[in-house]
Amino acid sequence: MIIKNAATILSVHNLVASIDGTQILKGFDITVKAGEIHAIMGPNGSGKSTFSKVLAGHPSYTVDGGTLEFKGQSLMDLEPDERAKLGVFLGFQYPVEVPGVTNGSFLRLAYNTVQGARGKDELDPLEFDDFIQSKLSLLGMDASFLERSLNDGFSGGEKKRNEILQMAILEPTLAILDETDSGLDIDALRVVANGVNTLHGDSDAVVLVTHYQRLLNYIEPDFIHVVDGGRVIKTGDKSLAHELESRGYEWVLDENRSRAA
Amino acid sequence: MSTAIDNIVNQPYKAGFHTEIETDSMARGLSEDVIRTISSKKNEPDWLLEFRLNAYRHWLTMTEPKWPNVRYPKIDFQDIIYYSAPKSKATKKSMDEVDPELLKTFEKLGIPMNERAALAGVAVDVVFDSVSVTTTYKEKLAEYGIIFCSFSEAVRDHPDLIKKYLGSVVPYTDNFYSALNSAVFTDGSFCYIPKGVKCPMDLSTYFRINTQDSGQFERTLIVAEEGSQVCYLEGCTAPQFDTNQLHAAVVELIAMDDADIKYSTVQNWYAGDENGVGGIFNFVTKRGLCKGKNSKISWTQVETGSAVTWKYPSCILLGDNSVGEFYSVALTNHMQQADTGTKMFHIGKNTRSRIISKGISAGKSNNSYRGLVKVSPKADGARNYSQCDSMLIGDLCGANTFPYIEVANKSATVEHEASTSKIGEEQLFYFLSRGIDSEEAVSMIINGFVRDVFMHLPMEFAVEATKLLGLKLEGSVG
Ligand SMILES: Nc1ncnc2c1ncn2[C@@H]1O[C@H](COP(=O)(O)OP(=O)(O)OP(=O)(O)O)[C@@H](O)[C@H]1O
Ligand SMILES: [Mg+2]
Repeated sequence: MIIKNAATILSVHNLVASIDGTQILKGFDITVKAGEIHAIMGPNGSGKSTFSKVLAGHPSYTVDGGTLEFKGQSLMDLEPDERAKLGVFLGFQYPVEVPGVTNGSFLRLAYNTVQGARGKDELDPLEFDDFIQSKLSLLGMDASFLERSLNDGFSGGEKKRNEILQMAILEPTLAILDETDSGLDIDALRVVANGVNTLHGDSDAVVLVTHYQRLLNYIEPDFIHVVDGGRVIKTGDKSLAHELESRGYEWVLDENRSRAA
Repeated sequence: MSTAIDNIVNQPYKAGFHTEIETDSMARGLSEDVIRTISSKKNEPDWLLEFRLNAYRHWLTMTEPKWPNVRYPKIDFQDIIYYSAPKSKATKKSMDEVDPELLKTFEKLGIPMNERAALAGVAVDVVFDSVSVTTTYKEKLAEYGIIFCSFSEAVRDHPDLIKKYLGSVVPYTDNFYSALNSAVFTDGSFCYIPKGVKCPMDLSTYFRINTQDSGQFERTLIVAEEGSQVCYLEGCTAPQFDTNQLHAAVVELIAMDDADIKYSTVQNWYAGDENGVGGIFNFVTKRGLCKGKNSKISWTQVETGSAVTWKYPSCILLGDNSVGEFYSVALTNHMQQADTGTKMFHIGKNTRSRIISKGISAGKSNNSYRGLVKVSPKADGARNYSQCDSMLIGDLCGANTFPYIEVANKSATVEHEASTSKIGEEQLFYFLSRGIDSEEAVSMIINGFVRDVFMHLPMEFAVEATKLLGLKLEGSVG
């Protein structure tokens, strides 16, 4: 929801970033305000996940230029864990599997670290168990998921639900969800979308990276950005998603090429 | 990020101090005379001297094994001190007579030698260099008919038992280091659990090498009579020297009908520095004989120290329905090398064995699992399950798995699973992005990795072992 005079949560200008000497982001711009939902779309390999990871502070990427500010504070010199404590959350396109570490103990440590940094009391295992029940039911997850190893052997859809479960307990100010919809069946998509809608409020923002209009039927975006070649080449409202769904990306890329020429 | 991992696994060794204490040490070198001197210092009976000399003569005909996947400089066996003991007038009757320097040493290591201060319910035999300096709770155990004492005392007080069982599971002809140990062993622990007795407390031996250039050659012998049960723990440390020291122990376990022996080790010998200078060569032969039907021997080891480790705690499953287990965590860092695993010999019918091995390699270390599961023609219905997992921390270390399976009975079931994983950047980033720092992430991942093994350690030992892994892995994040 677009709110008048809302505070700026994320402000990215002319961001240039590379990995192993290859420049991937080539002047990325985006501004996100409190209460808003943004969708980032674009062809495979255009740099959407790269942007998400640079935002979260992935150490493999080097930022070569531009600005990256969260609530007016530059994120450039902050480690990923510091960014997380401030309220930045990345829902991974491919969550890693960690055999042996139980999901429940991981979630509790994450909760205690992030929420503890914000002044909340630490929860012991029993208290955490109580706390997490409502979050589990919000996402239609069985409590047995807490006993299992973190993402280990989870189906594609279960991994994505587990990402949103983490979002639910960490209560980020800015959540960037990288293809959370891929791998979800139709019912799961509805459940996860409903979860995100429930978690989203006036004082936080959500950025969805997606390939499909389908997700946007459930989570209504305020802005849609098309990314190509490591930069945002077009921004529009939600009608743009429908247009992309029916016409593909080519016309936007053409439009952009002729503008550049 | 890899420097972060480096810092996490680069921890100073906290047991590396040396105790200044007057010792009675023999000159370097090995000969029949040296063996005679050791034997006479210990007032041994002739049959034992004979055993030593036979072992020595056999050893002279043997060559060092070359098959382990480890590299180390040639050991000069004439440059080792074969006997070194703290000077003392007589054997200690009580703790109050023990040299205060020794008490302090063990206090610093967290090993209580004082029964009043002792861990509730654990009896300890303490071996310092070549000799046992004290054994706690002896009287209490004696009420149950349990013998728990140093090997030297056992030779003196229970010669028949020693004569009957010494070398019965690991003959001196077994291998190069068991022959050497049989020739020069100086002390160790003996326990005997009589028929039907469930040992009321855990028994443990703590080994400390103190003297530079001395070797430690101890023997442990545990006999569990019919229907008895015992839980035995072993710990070890050594000071930090820039020369290598040899530790070549022999452990023999014998379980009669329905007897149950659980043997746990936390090995933290000095591992050498980050360039591989110094550290213990840990060449150990451990074997258990499940002699009786329904007997069970379970080995649990946490190997974190030593420059080079070469050890395969094994089970001979002779009795029908007997069970052998091997649970292992081996952590190597810097230039450490470990070649460790187990051997399960299925001889009796319906014998079962279970192997869970977790290797963790960091730095430039090399960690190999080597295991043999052998099913003899008569072992109808034998079953084995093996799981060998390796975890790599960083890019410069190595892990290998060498499973050997020999099955000569069609009704046997042998299952082997192996995996290799890596604490990589992506895993760490996942934790970081949830606010968890690298140090906590690594420790959580490692603790998760070793969980299946640690749950088999006695509670207090598990706490110790977790701390020890933490120590080896914690540190400032760069
Ligand atoms: N280490 C690397 N060296 C060079 N190029 C890389 C490296 N890692 C990723 N890339 C490239 O960066 C580009 C952007 O990748 P990214 O994952 O951000 O794309 P994406 O927009 O998320 O694609 P998708 O829709 O398929 O998820 C791709 O062309 C990819 O091949
Ligand atoms: Mg992507």
